[in-house]
Amino acid sequence: MTLGMRVSGGVAVLLWVLGMAAGLTLAPPEEHMSDLVRIMFVHVPVAWAAMATFTVALVASVGWLATHRWGWDHLLDASLEVGVLLGVLLSVQGSVWGYPTWGTWWTWDPRLTSVAVMVLSFLGILALRAFVDEPEKRASWSAAASILAWGSVPFTYFCVKVMNSLHQKQTPWGAMHPDMLKALLLNTATITLLTVWMLMARYQLARTELRRELGT
Amino acid sequence: MSKLRLPAILVGVSVVSVLAFLSFGSMDKNLVYYWSPTTLRASKPASEGATVRLGGLVKAGSVRVDGTNTVFTVVDDQASVEVRTASIPPQMFREGIGVVVEGHLGPDGIFVSKRLLVKHDENYKAPADGKLSEAQSGSVKED
Repeated sequence: MTLGMRVSGGVAVLLWVLGMAAGLTLAPPEEHMSDLVRIMFVHVPVAWAAMATFTVALVASVGWLATHRWGWDHLLDASLEVGVLLGVLLSVQGSVWGYPTWGTWWTWDPRLTSVAVMVLSFLGILALRAFVDEPEKRASWSAAASILAWGSVPFTYFCVKVMNSLHQKQTPWGAMHPDMLKALLLNTATITLLTVWMLMARYQLARTELRRELGT
Repeated sequence: MSKLRLPAILVGVSVVSVLAFLSFGSMDKNLVYYWSPTTLRASKPASEGATVRLGGLVKAGSVRVDGTNTVFTVVDDQASVEVRTASIPPQMFREGIGVVVEGHLGPDGIFVSKRLLVKHDENYKAPADGKLSEAQSGSVKED
């Protein structure tokens, strides 16, 4: 385990304990949805982490296409997998929150549909990678596909602002109780660090895999 | 090969941007998740009988129970539509809240809905006086 992984992992575990305590005890229940609001403290950070991770995939893709350095492909490999994991987690959390508040697990709302398109696009790229045996081709094709698929990320973020949706808009500063905001920020830090940890671990794995594949 | 790479990326990115702009630009006209009362009223009689979603706020004082149905008025800034639904309202349903109802506008101008969804807005408040709203008080065992 690298120093970066030790530091991010260690700090994440510490913050995780604080974040859980803040989310479950410090933050008050919400006026209308009571304790159901507590899902928000992990739902919003996971949404941010998923979109940030797919943006890392975009940067890695451009990096590979421009330089053909293997490090970028390892980063792309890592961010695709971690991003899909976070995206699936995001949808599950959303369903769990949506059923008791909205009255449905799923609906073809613009935000929900857009997240589904985003996660399935990147899942498809993981499948593409699994089917291409030649490492250079695999890297270039999945990089090009990732640049295309990334278009779903800003769409996912902005759709609630410009379209009629069941999903709420982004909360402006000040529209959230300060203790809820503290819990949200602590958990955002935790989940961001855990994501960084996962990306680093998966990067190392990708490097090991490619070395074995190339026989070097 | 590598000389062609950068131009190829640039062309690819511009094609994607144009496609994205085209699809985003027409999206809000062609694909709407729900109609507002104003839009629904304005599109009569074409909208009559068609299954659509109607979204708006539940007008204060309009909610009443009629047999097994719940009847209320959905409003926006300009128009209102009376809604009758047989579905059981979610726990958060109350006057003044945002709702999305699926159903159709009948010839009598009443929107008959089979499905009622409740919208939560982007504000997260603590209960004003330490008490939760009516809808939640039954589910909380504290103090």
